[in-house]
Amino acid sequence: MLELYLFLIFMLVAGIIATEIKDLLAAVISLGAVGFSVAIIFILVQAPDLAIVQIVVEVLTIVIFVAVILRTTHIDETIKEKISGIQVLAVVLYGAFAVLFFIAMVRTLNNLPPFGHPIMKVANQYISLGLPRTGGANLVADVILDFRALDTLGEATVLFTSVIGVVALMRKIGRRQK
Amino acid sequence: MKGMSLIVKTITNIVIGFIFLYGLYIILHGHLTPGGGFAGGVIIAGVFVLKYLAYGSSKAGEKKSSIISSVFESVGALLFVGIALLGLLLTGVFFLNFIPRGTPLHLLSAGIIPLCNIAIGIKVGAGLFSIFLALAAFKYIMED
Repeated sequence: MLELYLFLIFMLVAGIIATEIKDLLAAVISLGAVGFSVAIIFILVQAPDLAIVQIVVEVLTIVIFVAVILRTTHIDETIKEKISGIQVLAVVLYGAFAVLFFIAMVRTLNNLPPFGHPIMKVANQYISLGLPRTGGANLVADVILDFRALDTLGEATVLFTSVIGVVALMRKIGRRQK
Repeated sequence: MKGMSLIVKTITNIVIGFIFLYGLYIILHGHLTPGGGFAGGVIIAGVFVLKYLAYGSSKAGEKKSSIISSVFESVGALLFVGIALLGLLLTGVFFLNFIPRGTPLHLLSAGIIPLCNIAIGIKVGAGLFSIFLALAAFKYIMED
């Protein structure tokens, strides 16, 4: 479990760098470090299906980000040097909420069953009936395309939603004239 | 959008077929090994993004490829829903695995799962490439 925590700390550091650095190319590279650490963590907890999807999607998004950034300025001008009063207030309020959330989380986690030993009634059914009922050797494919195919049908509309989001973000109406 | 240098174009020509083949492998073996329709579809979308970035394209080409990719995305979605409705028509249950199971660990096994993987692969590949096109060529799309 030690390497898992090391990767978590690495992800935290890379995420903070990605939000705070001024050079946008460096920010995208730190974002890629976070994504590939997620992929390595998926391999460590033995989920190769998710690791493949994570690596492939991460490569594609990084390529698109770099292709966009190489055509624009590299410097993020929205990060300012000065800190205004309202930012200090926001940080204090956020810190207070984080402490409250941490106390509540510790109390809740003490009451949960230990990691990896939940009751697992449904999962046991999937594991024991997956191969005989569907004939597929990959249990993940059995679950997402046979037992829970209706969920996958809803999931397939996610890409359509994101295309609509991109077009809505890029449309001409409502854009400020220069 | 302009293309890249001769080195990039040559390497792209060599590599592009192998990447496409790997995406097809991931989709077709989705019921046997890790992977599946989503991962393979993203790899196939990556092939088209690579070709687009290396060779560049014109206004007419961008319009044409956006139409083609939207047609393919609709075809994938209709295939997926069609398999589900076929189960409803033949057996009375939505998404029932109506094809015989076959022997496990063979390529032709697991009933409708490989067909669903192919449908999702077409849909995801075309959908991701049309997101890329919408980001790269939104000026031309919006003028229509």
